Amino acid sequence: MTGVRVAGVGLTEFGEHAGRTGRDLFAEAANVALRDAGVDRERVEQLNYGNFMGALAERQSHQAPLMAEAAGLHCPATRYEEACASAGVAVREAVRAVRAGEVDVAVAGGMERMTNLSTERVTESLAVAADELFEVRAGVTFPGAYALMARRYFDRFGGDQTDLAHVASKNHTHALDNEYAQYQREVSVEETLDAPTVASPLGLFDACPVTDGASALVLVSEAAAQRHDLTAPVAITGTGQGSDRAALQDRETIAETPAARRAATAAYDDAGITADDVAVAEVHDCFTIAEVFALESLGLYEPGEAVGAARRGETTRDGELPVNLSGGLKAKGHPVGATGGSQIAELTRLLRGDHPNSEWVSDAEVGVTHNAGGTVASAVVHVLEVAG
Amino acid sequence: MSDGAPGGDAGYDEWADALAEDGYYLSCPAGHGSLPPRRVCPECGNDSLSEEPLPAAGEVVTFSAVHVAPPDFAEQTPYVTAVVEFGPVRLTGIVRGLDADEVEIGTQVGVDVTRNEATGNRLVVFRPR
Ligand SMILES: [Zn+2]
Repeated sequence: MTGVRVAGVGLTEFGEHAGRTGRDLFAEAANVALRDAGVDRERVEQLNYGNFMGALAERQSHQAPLMAEAAGLHCPATRYEEACASAGVAVREAVRAVRAGEVDVAVAGGMERMTNLSTERVTESLAVAADELFEVRAGVTFPGAYALMARRYFDRFGGDQTDLAHVASKNHTHALDNEYAQYQREVSVEETLDAPTVASPLGLFDACPVTDGASALVLVSEAAAQRHDLTAPVAITGTGQGSDRAALQDRETIAETPAARRAATAAYDDAGITADDVAVAEVHDCFTIAEVFALESLGLYEPGEAVGAARRGETTRDGELPVNLSGGLKAKGHPVGATGGSQIAELTRLLRGDHPNSEWVSDAEVGVTHNAGGTVASAVVHVLEVAG
Repeated sequence: MSDGAPGGDAGYDEWADALAEDGYYLSCPAGHGSLPPRRVCPECGNDSLSEEPLPAAGEVVTFSAVHVAPPDFAEQTPYVTAVVEFGPVRLTGIVRGLDADEVEIGTQVGVDVTRNEATGNRLVVFRPR
């Protein structure tokens, strides 16, 4: 089995791109990634593309061939949809294709257009990721579902809204110097606590924003990296995926996210590492409480211990285990179908030393990304390592 | 006023019908509980499912007062969504007859099926008991 290197990464700015089409956003990200990699377009043998709500936001399904066209690629193109984990799955399948020896060069990433919809329509569109029969018809919204999880967590393990506000504040601080971030500004713990309630116990500043954006990665086999003399110091050494019952009510527990634990276990086994080896993480903080679930599922904290991690200064940029140095979904933004690719782009930059926050993790050799779909009925975890 | 979801109401009617009247859930020979409509037990795959009476009272497992809602529920905000455990199964619905600050984890409720006034769709609700 051949190893997989990240040869290039590309992102658009995350935020509001009024007047730009989805295909233009993805074309930009792919263009940047190919230039970063120094790989000719003709060598790309496969496009794996993540998108969640294009049929609702742009009345456009069957987006993958369209995105290949927009990016000037001539290869089989497939769209992956796993709600907010769409790009994570797209990357994972590209990694598997390269490892299997089927392709030497793949482009993987995703795109989402969201800000052209009203808040009500975005709320409705995101809710489609939940169980239509048992949840959506019962008035469960996306923030409402995470609120149900947060309440259950607080009841079982303790923790409170102030703990979560520290997660929000931390991730905004991390985004200050990230030129791709939607919010490059501080948000205090007090501001977060004072924000209007969206779904109790979660407020407006516990939630990630509504975002347009795209991400792209050029993934190559180790052999291709050598053959073409590519600079690709970061390897994807582990990939894992987990699934769970769609509706929260049917899960083994609502105070934990077992699908992400399964994904992490598989990814660590695949890479031959343990949680102790992880020095930096980009995790799926669509809501502040989601970062807590992520850290516990990844085995970086025991169940019940991660809620206070930001407040104790452990996951801040100067802490023992910096988490979401990109700003996370919370401050960097969350273009749903692009996020899984964006996390790997950010972690690659952090590890190879060209991220504005690389200085905080200059000794890091191993990092993980955690990308979750819906209320973590889907989860994808990747292990990235500096391969030299 | 829409009449049901774009996908149709076949599955949802079976679910709402199961809750109306006395209410039932499905049980497999191994005792795994599940909610209709269901062809096989989601735990073990056994397709021999029997209808068992739903306990009259359930206990709130978690809840949230929702302030920002999609169009179908916008007129009801804030409303309390809850997950309620009835013996071997858990149900999700909207709490009626209690204010948000009167609901706690552990609150005892019964289940009922009513209509969402905005859409005419059937809606799972919990009422205090
Ligand atoms: Zn069974």
